[in-house]
Amino acid sequence: MLKLTLRSAAIAVTAAAVSISLAACGSSGPASSAGNADSATMWGLTGGNQPVLQKSIDAWNKAHPDETVKLDFFANDAYKTKVRTAVGAGQGPTFIYGWGGGVLKSYVDSGQVADLSDFVASNPDVKNRYLPSVLKNGVIDGKTYALPNNNVQPVVLYYNKEVFDKIGVQAPKTWDDLMALVPKFKAAGIAPFSLGGQSKWPDLMWLEYLVERIGGPDVFANIAANKPGAWSDPAVKEALSKIQNLVDAGGFANGFSSIAADSNADQALLYTGKAAMILQGGWIYQSMKKDAADFVKNGKLGYVTFPAVSGGKGDPANVVGNPSNFWSISSKATDSQKKAALDYVKSGMFTDADTQALIDSGAVPVTTGIESKLAASPDKDFLSYVYGMAKNAPSFTLSWDQALSPAQGDAMLANLDQIFLKKISPDQFVSTMNATIGK
Amino acid sequence: MPTSTGSSRRVLEKGPSGWLAAPALVFFLLFAIIPLFGVLFLSFTKWDGLGEIRLDGLSSWTTVLTDPVTGNALWVTAKIMFFSFIVQAPISLLLGVFTSASQKYRAALAVLYFVPLLLSSAAVAIAYKALLDPNFGLGPGLGLPFLAQDWLGNSDLVLFVVVFVIAWQFVPFHTLIYQGGVRQIPASLYEAAQIDGAGRVQQFFAITLPQLKYTIITSSTLMVVGSLAYFDLVFVLTGGGPGYSTRLLPLHMYLTGFKANDMGAASALGVILVVIGLALALLLQRLGGKNRNASQLEGA
Repeated sequence: MLKLTLRSAAIAVTAAAVSISLAACGSSGPASSAGNADSATMWGLTGGNQPVLQKSIDAWNKAHPDETVKLDFFANDAYKTKVRTAVGAGQGPTFIYGWGGGVLKSYVDSGQVADLSDFVASNPDVKNRYLPSVLKNGVIDGKTYALPNNNVQPVVLYYNKEVFDKIGVQAPKTWDDLMALVPKFKAAGIAPFSLGGQSKWPDLMWLEYLVERIGGPDVFANIAANKPGAWSDPAVKEALSKIQNLVDAGGFANGFSSIAADSNADQALLYTGKAAMILQGGWIYQSMKKDAADFVKNGKLGYVTFPAVSGGKGDPANVVGNPSNFWSISSKATDSQKKAALDYVKSGMFTDADTQALIDSGAVPVTTGIESKLAASPDKDFLSYVYGMAKNAPSFTLSWDQALSPAQGDAMLANLDQIFLKKISPDQFVSTMNATIGK
Repeated sequence: MPTSTGSSRRVLEKGPSGWLAAPALVFFLLFAIIPLFGVLFLSFTKWDGLGEIRLDGLSSWTTVLTDPVTGNALWVTAKIMFFSFIVQAPISLLLGVFTSASQKYRAALAVLYFVPLLLSSAAVAIAYKALLDPNFGLGPGLGLPFLAQDWLGNSDLVLFVVVFVIAWQFVPFHTLIYQGGVRQIPASLYEAAQIDGAGRVQQFFAITLPQLKYTIITSSTLMVVGSLAYFDLVFVLTGGGPGYSTRLLPLHMYLTGFKANDMGAASALGVILVVIGLALALLLQRLGGKNRNASQLEGA
């Protein structure tokens, strides 16, 4: 009898010790630095807009000591995994950084993000500050769940003017131009295209634009709507074949599948003149402005829209990329965290200082009435180009890996990687992807 | 053993009180056994990590078992296990024997060998990724064209690069185990062999190797079962790519669970991983023979 009691006592003591140490683990994170224990928490991405966001939050915290926001940064790929796991475990941040699309929908379906419709309706200033075409990406089934928080990010074809001049060629206007450039650059010992293949998502930009140019925006709209067999559209197969032709021709830099985009190694190939062109998001202008200031300042960076494909149905002015990033507010946050979050959204972000900081960093904010500010910027050529590109695009398709459900997005990137490596044929890609529809 | 009497003898025979193991047992139950059953349960459900968990019968198991990527992941795991073993085992055995002698320069070398083990796997992977970069890495940097291969982007080459980096990181650990093993061998055996006229090589094969039998089994178990757990290094170094060429089973499990958000299938993969790990550990213990758990020291 005594033995039994002793054992249960020991277990009880151990269990108590365990739970105490667990509780300690749980609370040590958020309370460690700025702000009090009930501060709203925010996770942002490293690179690109990191300094702008940091400045904005610093200014907010200084002016609102009772409604502070605690900000942490993560690398893109790491963030996407971490935030979902954290939100699923009830440990997510108050501000959930996102891209809209299928991922946002999965948060909405499981009730993890707050419905902001009333907030938007009662704060017309907030609604009116955004370009309407961007704002609608945070709306699901007529309700607003996410508000744009930074800059418009179309995918652009960048080129190094210096090496183009050296070879004596022009930026490509059609796919045939592009293919004709490949042997010329190769002969000069310059890689025609840089590509961060290890990160996989830069591969996707090629597929997105080619499908867009060949078949128009409906092809992907059908895929995103989960129509059975939607991947079988001939435009998808033709786009995949064109990618493999370009790989065969030696279009991509040596070792492209071991180049990571998160470390900006792909951009470095462009500005060091080792590669002539790169297809990448608008955000790499910001990092090149920082990493290769002279290259950008001296006008050596060229940029054009993705070439047209002869006989293609898509309007060459159509754009793919990210309309913006977004803030959603966690539905699991405490009332005071939610209040602080909404107050920041209302009066802390896109302040004049914020907007100017974004422009100074080489980005185009998703707000209205910024034309004069863009025109006054030293980067006005690029910024006006991007602004016009986004504003005048007949169609702006969200990056597919974000538009689709996470399961489909992952399968798509893994299989597209196989296409670039020529491990599978376009037919195999199409049948594998058709099998993921509805998942 | 000196004969002792009375209560102290009884304590020795019974060993220390079982109570001392209680805290460890509680932790083991809490963090190993209970989650294990949790994973088994999850493998019969459908869950995206966010919404509700739905029972879904055997569908995750059919998905996992019919998916060619799973078979490929098993094959990649087996290859890495095999190659890391045949690379690491001889190197660490020889290094262990070499550093077990007492000269000062060997002590200094042993410290150098030990350094890689002190670095985190993620740091090792990031460093190697930078060194192996075909455009900005070691090869182009030093102007050595043969070093400027597409080490991590070539599906045929990448597996061996991974094996090399794993060996670079873990050989020091096994060297340490062997070093300890060699130092346990009674010097009298070597003295006797020397008197009989045995040379160094003969001594190695006739004394060192047989005396190290249990050390070899311990080290091999750690190497083989450990290669089932290689994750962080490969995740950071290659992300499982290019294609699926380095997508090991644990990595496949992680990517299925946290990238594709299919927790059911990921749990099924986890169960497979546990079963394989247990089977391998048991097999290697069998190879040790009956007296595997008995001490080799005289008088103990």
